[in-house]
Amino acid sequence: MSAVDRGVEGESLRSPAETAARAAVLAEDLPGRRAPRLPAKRLRFVTGAAAQNRLAVAGLVVTVGLVLFCFVGPLLYRTNQTATNLILENRAPSAAHLLGTSPEGRDEIGQLMVGGQTTLEVAFSVAILSTAFGVVYGAIAGYIGGVFDAILMRIVDAVLAIPFLFFVVLLASIMTPNLFVIVLAITAASWLSTARLVRGEVLSLRTRDYVAASRVFGARHRYVIFRHLVPNVLGVVAVNATLKVADTIYIYAAMAFLGLSLPPPATSWGDLLTTGINNLFAGYWWQLWPPAIAIVLSVLAVNVVGDGLHDLVERRLERR
Amino acid sequence: MTAYLVRRFLQAILVMFIVSVIVFILLHSLPGGLVRAQLGPKASTYQVLQLERTEGLQRPLPVQFGVWLINALKGNLGFSYKMNQTVASLLIDYLPRTLLLVGISTVLAIAVAVPIGMWQGYRRNRPDDHVLNASTLILYAMPDFLLGVIFIILLSLDLPVLPSTATTFGASLGTDVAVLVLPILTLMLGNISYYSRYMRSSVIDNLLEDYVRTAYAIGNSSRRVLVSHVLRNSMTSTMTMIGLTLPYVFSGALIVEALFNFPGVGLLFWNASQDRDYPVLLGVVLVVTAAVVVGSLLADIGYAMLDPRVRYVRS
Repeated sequence: MSAVDRGVEGESLRSPAETAARAAVLAEDLPGRRAPRLPAKRLRFVTGAAAQNRLAVAGLVVTVGLVLFCFVGPLLYRTNQTATNLILENRAPSAAHLLGTSPEGRDEIGQLMVGGQTTLEVAFSVAILSTAFGVVYGAIAGYIGGVFDAILMRIVDAVLAIPFLFFVVLLASIMTPNLFVIVLAITAASWLSTARLVRGEVLSLRTRDYVAASRVFGARHRYVIFRHLVPNVLGVVAVNATLKVADTIYIYAAMAFLGLSLPPPATSWGDLLTTGINNLFAGYWWQLWPPAIAIVLSVLAVNVVGDGLHDLVERRLERR
Repeated sequence: MTAYLVRRFLQAILVMFIVSVIVFILLHSLPGGLVRAQLGPKASTYQVLQLERTEGLQRPLPVQFGVWLINALKGNLGFSYKMNQTVASLLIDYLPRTLLLVGISTVLAIAVAVPIGMWQGYRRNRPDDHVLNASTLILYAMPDFLLGVIFIILLSLDLPVLPSTATTFGASLGTDVAVLVLPILTLMLGNISYYSRYMRSSVIDNLLEDYVRTAYAIGNSSRRVLVSHVLRNSMTSTMTMIGLTLPYVFSGALIVEALFNFPGVGLLFWNASQDRDYPVLLGVVLVVTAAVVVGSLLADIGYAMLDPRVRYVRS
């Protein structure tokens, strides 16, 4: 029986259906936008490992390429992204502007770079923050167990029941949107799956002999949690964090579409896409498709990298 | 079975209680307080104090929570000063339309995704499986509103057969059907990619089980093994999965309603977020969450009905 199976059995308060659902999630090979990801038992049957790896490398190349495009690109391809130039507004692609211009007369390629910076910054910040918080919360809940664990996990259940986007929009409209608030609002709704995942793992890890041995030697709880338990769940958590990057790109785009974005001239891929949608009937296709492709490509690439990482961690877990 | 249902029901109530605590805390963490948020920055101190008194905002917080909770249970979710209507009456207008949208698209998504997933599981790693896999992955990575826009371009602009907005929803049955097609299609397609990928791995798992080998060994045809054994066993886990994904379906509805101007709770919520109409925002969150909790309760009951082990073991 694998560690994860025992984690599932250790949950006393769950309904059988929920337990079964989690067990089912274990055997699942999907990118984790909609469900907590846990190691799959039969993933190697599901996807040919070799094909998966080649795909993962391709995904990594695309991801790194996008990061370079957004952060190094502006150094090589210099455009004015702050001034409004109404003479150049909504120009179709030409030799001077290969992808045309925005409604403010800014070069569209430059817009993609600047917008990508915001999007990727938000995505990586949310992934790091929510993972850190989720790991600590889940590790504490799983390690202490009992009533305390039950209370902490009921809170997670409750927040998870609130539809994600409603929760994020609510938080963002209570506060004035700036970069920090946006990151905070998405984080507030993203740490839950990590907490569940880590708690399940810790629940099974804490009964291991080396934890008992460590306690016998006089180790404090804090030491056990951070020296033994957390390092052991890091592999699974890394996969989860990768997929969070993809999720956040997606969610941040949705927020921009709903009008929760930074004040101009700041922009993001979601903002650019929204502009493209608003100008749909004017026929400015160059404002619609480039950000659309950027979003889909980045979400796909990061998901594929996460899948590859998942495979890698899975193989390591099987040897454990 | 009864014990299981009672326990599951109590759990749902506990979750709703915690959600209402969270909503109450958010209500009281509004910038400048609830009264300022309602009256606006220009209100006089006298007005503020008066409204605070009538709304009972000077009492201790736990008492206020008790009063608010009892009111919420009675269906009194506050008053929208922006729309000049009670939140409850707004919800009675808007919620059924969203439930219709979510309900139809979920049912259709299941109806399409289950056969696709089964076919893919059965034809694992063949060319057609790879093609379907790649298409569902791309659909999966595509934001809902982009999907909707592509439909608008294809079916309302290039080939003008369907309306691109649903503002007129509720006018007459004939136009309603046409108006509903694009929102449902958009919401449905995102879910298909998820459900079918889930179904596929569930079927692949089941095909490795001993009972499948036995079923083949006693001379059943592939079709019979798939339809009468694998389908039911894969459906049980998919069923629960669908219950667990309900929050995401409602999130999708928010986007789709905003894109097509479909007058459901999502659009109500979106407009309220732009007007900073807090009673509506919080009322919608509470009611939508309740819908999700009830939905997953129903999914669990459905699961118990599909899977005899759940029915008998615990009771």
